[in-house]
Amino acid sequence: MAQTLTAHAATAATFSALRCRECGAEYEPKAIHVCEFCFGPLEVAYDYEALQRQVSRESIQAGPNSIWRYKAFLPVCSDNPIDVGTGMTPLVKANRLARRLGLHNLYIKNDAVNMPTLSFKDRVVSVALTRARELGFTTVSCASTGNLANSTAAIAAYAGLDCCVFIPSDLEAGKVLGTLIYGPTVMAVHGNYDQVNRLCSEVANTHHWGFVNINLRPYYSEGSKTLGYEVAEQLGWELPDHIVAPLASGSLFSKIYKGFQEFIKVGLVADKPVRFSGAQAEGCAPIEQAFRDGVDFIKPVKPNTIAKSIAIGNPADGIYALDIARKTQGQIAAVSDAEIIEGIKLLAETEGIFTETAGGTTVAVLKKLADAGKIGPDEKTVVYITGNGLKTQEAIQDYAGEPLTIDPKLESFERALERSRTLERLEWQQVLV
Amino acid sequence: MAVKVLIPTPLQKLTRDQATLECEAQTVSDLLDSLEQSCPGIKARLCDEQGQLRRFVNFYVNSEDIRFLDGPSTPLKDGDEVSIIPAIAGG
Repeated sequence: MAQTLTAHAATAATFSALRCRECGAEYEPKAIHVCEFCFGPLEVAYDYEALQRQVSRESIQAGPNSIWRYKAFLPVCSDNPIDVGTGMTPLVKANRLARRLGLHNLYIKNDAVNMPTLSFKDRVVSVALTRARELGFTTVSCASTGNLANSTAAIAAYAGLDCCVFIPSDLEAGKVLGTLIYGPTVMAVHGNYDQVNRLCSEVANTHHWGFVNINLRPYYSEGSKTLGYEVAEQLGWELPDHIVAPLASGSLFSKIYKGFQEFIKVGLVADKPVRFSGAQAEGCAPIEQAFRDGVDFIKPVKPNTIAKSIAIGNPADGIYALDIARKTQGQIAAVSDAEIIEGIKLLAETEGIFTETAGGTTVAVLKKLADAGKIGPDEKTVVYITGNGLKTQEAIQDYAGEPLTIDPKLESFERALERSRTLERLEWQQVLV
Repeated sequence: MAVKVLIPTPLQKLTRDQATLECEAQTVSDLLDSLEQSCPGIKARLCDEQGQLRRFVNFYVNSEDIRFLDGPSTPLKDGDEVSIIPAIAGG
């Protein structure tokens, strides 16, 4: 009997309430996301003492090879959360990219190969849909720039949940197809992401669906913390000195921060300062603008950039991201669409990783900060690559070159090879001039 | 002048569970006062102590964020639709 009780205590839920981030009002952990009193965002409140008793480095390492090795830090109570192998993506020492940028201690957290849909969104959706199931929802939904729709549709299919997703109608073909294939209802809305989001909020008011990024948002957003946990574990239970991550709504950025802070709080890693730097595209840079202007509010913008997956003109967690970048002595920078394409190519050519436009933005900002001396050469820096380039081929197809088409003859091959080497030499000369 | 107002779930307790209301108002500021008359307490949820709209509240007039229009002075006319939306994350 005593043993049963202990076993039960070891897996007991470590959260019991939602708390308003602004005014501290507490709510039952239901499908709500906004404080009724001040409209502030609700966050899951954990019992960190219970958490500390439950987890150790060993217990985590003995867990599944997925985000669910950190289940005690996530807001679900199921014994069998939806586990499609999400998380534990590679942390790669990026020596060739580092050399190009004059850095010595650079790592890439590669969520371009996250499972099942090749972006970090699989982390948040695995958590949101597990919680949706616990709360009794049979239909799940989301407003998405593409990656979230892919992930919600795929994981809903696996979990046997009905699914209806909303996307802007001008998304990249790969992202639309990569949603349709799982058989959800797809609403392509004439409008930008912010307009899709507004519509979904209105739908959520009247339809009792689980919207992963609206009424399930307090649970959903916690999934991004695993990007912090994994990096700490993969660095040998140590925090990096500096991280660079893309900024869209600002949620990912602030949850990586929260992940590090929680690991410090429960004693899994030693406390140390980590600088947080954020990346935006110039065509949608409301957080960067506020950072540059030295203000603590965000003025919404209308997005116009190829980096559609991070084109959020009215970022909900922007003020939190700003605050974190400032208090950790980080930077927030923006880059042009041309620099984003160069960023995609640079990462592919130096590290063999094909990322989408958000990753191109992050690499371009990394380069910009390194060139400006804002990243110390020896700082242990982790760059978060959050999505896969195969989904946004339109953005890059005019810039990736062409294959050499030849006849099936040795002579034809030799001639083409000679020509390609000449072209390569010409390119080098251009660089030298 | 009748304006249609979409009420978000967290405020529907104050609107007797109505998801939409009809209101008379010349501007968004006006609308807040008009709402307060029919649903006492609602203005304090939407505005801080200084009477400014809270930073997590978004107002849209006919699908356009009022920060791209004239803010709280944005004029309203008969048949306009005003949507009140809490900030949301995503991607």
